[in-house]
Formats: sequence, structure tokens, C-alpha cells
Amino acid sequence: MPRINDVGGQDGFGPVEEELDEPAFHADWEAHVFAMNRALVGRGVYNLDEFRDAVERTMSHESSYYENWFRAIQTLLKEKGHV
Amino acid sequence: MSDDHDDSPIAARVRELEAILEEKGLLDATELDRALEAFAHKATPANGFRVVARSWVDEEFKARLLENANEALPAVGLSMGGGLQVQRLRVVENTEKVHNVVVCTLCSCYPIALLGPSPTWYKSPAYRSKVVSHPREVLAQFGLELPADTEIRVWDANAESRYMVLPRRPGGTEQLSEEELATKVTRNGLIGTAAV
Repeated sequence: MPRINDVGGQDGFGPVEEELDEPAFHADWEAHVFAMNRALVGRGVYNLDEFRDAVERTMSHESSYYENWFRAIQTLLKEKGHV
Repeated sequence: MSDDHDDSPIAARVRELEAILEEKGLLDATELDRALEAFAHKATPANGFRVVARSWVDEEFKARLLENANEALPAVGLSMGGGLQVQRLRVVENTEKVHNVVVCTLCSCYPIALLGPSPTWYKSPAYRSKVVSHPREVLAQFGLELPADTEIRVWDANAESRYMVLPRRPGGTEQLSEEELATKVTRNGLIGTAAV
């Protein structure tokens, strides 16, 4: 069964909305989450495939992109006994 | 990363986790600062603009780029190896008959090294779901109306393979230098949601 991230060809997500002059990060915490993930993968705490898998199995369409990332990082750290 | 004034609940939770990880020796604040600094300065769409401009003035470079993009990039001082893993890059060329557009239906795979961080719309379920089934409609939402007989090719990126569109060189630019040509290219043009 496809996971909820597999949206190709589905209907019902509404129109595509483009934000003009969008910044790379909308808040400082998003940059922190981005950098945290890079550092943890870089240090081998988990690998990129584990991270993708964690995003896909814990994500919600109601959460923002970096909220989903943060949930995935927390999940992996818990599962690996770090927090 | 020292400058924190965001008092939203998630910002607080992120700070809290960071502090725990630092205490456990799994993170180092200066390492985070450096990673982000390098990322912000090195990964910008200006890289993609340079690749396109070079392709427009140098047929040999363009041929190499379309054949094997990873091997062509060092000629303009770039590579796909700056991220967490090296990705295969394929550059797809727009022609009179064919327009290309890139998506990642599963997540948000994107050639960050050449385009910088992806915009929110690229990561949105709305774009990812619809551009594969109704590309013409989605492109129209971006103000790009293509002739009815233009073939639209949608490229679905994944963990190992990334795509970048090579837009068509605009008319009336024969006199422009390579640097001037680079200023004509847009981020959306490299994704395929704009003509150039």
C-alpha cells in the first residue's frame, strides 16, 4: 500500500500556490532543523534513507515541510535510544 | 546558531532538542553554523543560471552536459557532490517541440547544489500530485501557456537522480555576453514552470 507521501496523480490538494520572493527558510527554527539533520546524517547518527523513511511514515499533510522533518528527526533519535 | 528570538512552540522544542544533542556530544553549535553558512553561500540558483548561460554560448559544453551532466559540471566549477550523497544529474533540454518540467512526487528531491533550497510550492502536495496528471493546467497556473502541439515531459526525481531543465535561449539575445545571458534565467525556468 502506498504511503501518504506518494501523491502523484491524486486529486484534492487544491491549486499550486507560489510565494513571490520566498526566503530559503521562513523562520530561524527551520534553518536549525535543516542544519541539525545535515549534521546528524554527516555524523552517521542515522543515514539519509532512514531519514526519508522516517519522514514518510510519520508525516502529515497538515504539518509544514520542516515540521514533518522535525517529527522524523525526533522519531529516529527516540528509536535509536538517543533521547 | 546563536541568534534566537523566535518564541513559537516549535522553535522552543527545536532549541530544546538541540541542547540535549549538544550535551550528548551528538551536535556542535559551531558545526551547525558552519554547515548553514556554507549552504547559504554556495547553493544558490546562480549556479544553475551559469550552467544554462554556458550551454547557450558553448555547443560542446552543452552536448557534454546533456550527455553526462555530472562530468560536465566541473568545467564551470560546480559539482553534485556538495550534499550528503552524490546524486546523478540529468539535464533535459527544452526545444521548439518539447517542454520539460521537474517534480518529486514522493518527497522533495531537487538539485540543491545548482538551484539552492527548493521553494515551498515544489514541496507541496498540490504541485506534486497534479503536475504529473495535469501538467498543462499546472504550468498555466504559473502563467506559462504552451502551444497545444508542444509535448510536455514530466521528470520525477528521486533519491539518486535529480533533474534540471535547460530552457531555450530567448530571442534577441545574440549580442549578450555569457554573464548577461545568465541574468535572463530564472529559478522556475530551471524547474520548468517558466519558459526561461
